[in-house]
Amino acid sequence: MKKLLAAALLILATLPAAAADLTGAGATFPYPLYAQWADSYKKLTGVGLNYQSIGSGGGIAQIKAQTVDFGASDAPLTKAELDAAGLVQFPMIVGGVVPVVNLEGIAPGALKLTAAVLADIYLGGVKKWNDPAVAALNPGLALPARDITVVHRADGSGTTWIFTNYLDKVSPAWHGKVGCGKEVAWPAGVGGKGNEGVAAYVQRIKGAVGYVEYAYALQNKLTHILLENRAGKFVAPTQASFQAAAAGADWSAAPGLYLVLTDQPGDASWPITGASFVLIHREQRDAARAKSLLDFFAWCFAEGDAAASALDYVPLPDDVVALVKGVWKTGVKSGGAAVWK
Amino acid sequence: MTTNRHATAAEPERRHPRPWGDPLFRGLAAAAAGLFLLLTAAVFVELVRGSELSLAKFGFSFLWREAWNPVTGDFGALSSIAGTLISTLIAMALAVPLSLVIALFLVELAPPAVAKPVGAAIELLAAVPSIIYGMWGLFVFAPFMADHVQPFLSARLGFLPLFQGPPMGIGMLTAGIILALMILPFITSVMRDVLKMVPPVVKEAGYGMGSTVWEVARQVTVRYGARGMAGACLLGLGRAVGETMAVTFVIGNNHRLGASLFDAGNTIASALANEFAEAADPLYLSALVELGLVLFLITFAIQGLTHVWIRRLERSAGRGL
Repeated sequence: MKKLLAAALLILATLPAAAADLTGAGATFPYPLYAQWADSYKKLTGVGLNYQSIGSGGGIAQIKAQTVDFGASDAPLTKAELDAAGLVQFPMIVGGVVPVVNLEGIAPGALKLTAAVLADIYLGGVKKWNDPAVAALNPGLALPARDITVVHRADGSGTTWIFTNYLDKVSPAWHGKVGCGKEVAWPAGVGGKGNEGVAAYVQRIKGAVGYVEYAYALQNKLTHILLENRAGKFVAPTQASFQAAAAGADWSAAPGLYLVLTDQPGDASWPITGASFVLIHREQRDAARAKSLLDFFAWCFAEGDAAASALDYVPLPDDVVALVKGVWKTGVKSGGAAVWK
Repeated sequence: MTTNRHATAAEPERRHPRPWGDPLFRGLAAAAAGLFLLLTAAVFVELVRGSELSLAKFGFSFLWREAWNPVTGDFGALSSIAGTLISTLIAMALAVPLSLVIALFLVELAPPAVAKPVGAAIELLAAVPSIIYGMWGLFVFAPFMADHVQPFLSARLGFLPLFQGPPMGIGMLTAGIILALMILPFITSVMRDVLKMVPPVVKEAGYGMGSTVWEVARQVTVRYGARGMAGACLLGLGRAVGETMAVTFVIGNNHRLGASLFDAGNTIASALANEFAEAADPLYLSALVELGLVLFLITFAIQGLTHVWIRRLERSAGRGL
């Protein structure tokens, strides 16, 4: 018995101190990437990260309750919300939401839609694929007379938030009838659970249109469409077009870095782009721990791009990273002294 | 001889049992039973407390309003309640007769060489996790419904509003059928056990009077086991009402009430599974908790009604099992 106890103690002693591990909770969308980054970073430095992907809402609640070192959310908090809770937020990665269709004879990237027509489809106004509104945008395509089945997310999600934020911005009709949220009162269609649920419904139902995260569209080889952006150009969803939207955005003019990347200017910008945000406390209790947390994020920005691209996420453009580091310098304090110098 | 002496040596000890043994056991058992009641009451109280905001804002109209708008904060449970009841009704209507026939076959007709492997297979089916049914439903069964069953129903019964609309494969009917498949093994396996317990002498009396196998099954075996079989149905019903994952995969998840069984819908359990994680707004959260409260009350009402029904059954058909 004593021997056993001694052995157990020995094993415990050789484990790296668990207290040094960073903790985070929140959005499910960036979870695979955060896990990958944490794994590489631990091998390099011995500092681990325990990230719980419990959803953006949960992440915000946890960071407010100070049970974790950082929270993660797909939808940014406003400046007022940040100030009320004493939080700082910054974008970590960029992602895109991609409308996908299931139409026989239509190749990926062949179908063109404008914001107004996409909103009309989701409002249930445009009911058939050969509707004049769709046909006028696609003169060369043979559109079938099929019913449109709208597919949306059934669960509350950051993806829905970005998508409805876009429709809300570009369509007065959508703004009046539905609005923007993680879960809305969908006027039409069926709901799939998670990105995989929407992807599965779109693949199964002929004539379906849905929206998924970029990675899911890519991995499931779904038929994406071309969407008209603010500059009036039809663009395809690619890493480059998401980065263009992030780069074209004016971050420095956004109080609290509250910036939604939907409908951004720039010829190459994909209109339904969003960033996934990290939330940390403005006043840190433990300076060393806070420094170690920011070191981790700095490493992700510097060395994590390859891992991000491999998992079909889009790294932040360099000038936005510089801006984020500026926010750390001025915004994150411990006992009055800046944590990040 | 030695064992005898040993026994007599031990006897005095047995004659004086510890005086507090029985009361202690009785007390512990009562406490365990009481804890169960307490837990049920605590769940109820907690649900009511959690739904205070929603109760105050919508009152009883929560039950019959169809609106479900998290953006404007306008909530009603009608589509969820209707979806729960309709999908359960479809499931029970399909599963109960089928279970009864399978159980009768296994007990009365099948030779042991058939009954044993089939019985084992049914018990195995009961152990399949519900998410497997959900994935199978979405990837295998829904396309089959869309390509074959729904077009067939539309062609033959399309004059009824129940079978109109585009064949999407998912929806209320598909959810009901998946539920039926899920509860079938439960009901069948309990019914089989109940029918097995019908004393042979009762059945033999039936045969002795010249009854056919069908007559004995209908008028003796089933009647004798009526109470136990009602219990089996209740077990299936309980699972169908609260089933979450499998339904969420195939029901289509929207908060609208359609006339057609091909339409997408939702159940209370599926709405909770979908929306709870990201509901940050207090009123939204409260409305979801109230949905849970409604489910709690529905389950309670079903239990109560079934007890009344079973008691009536006993009066007309005798006690039996």
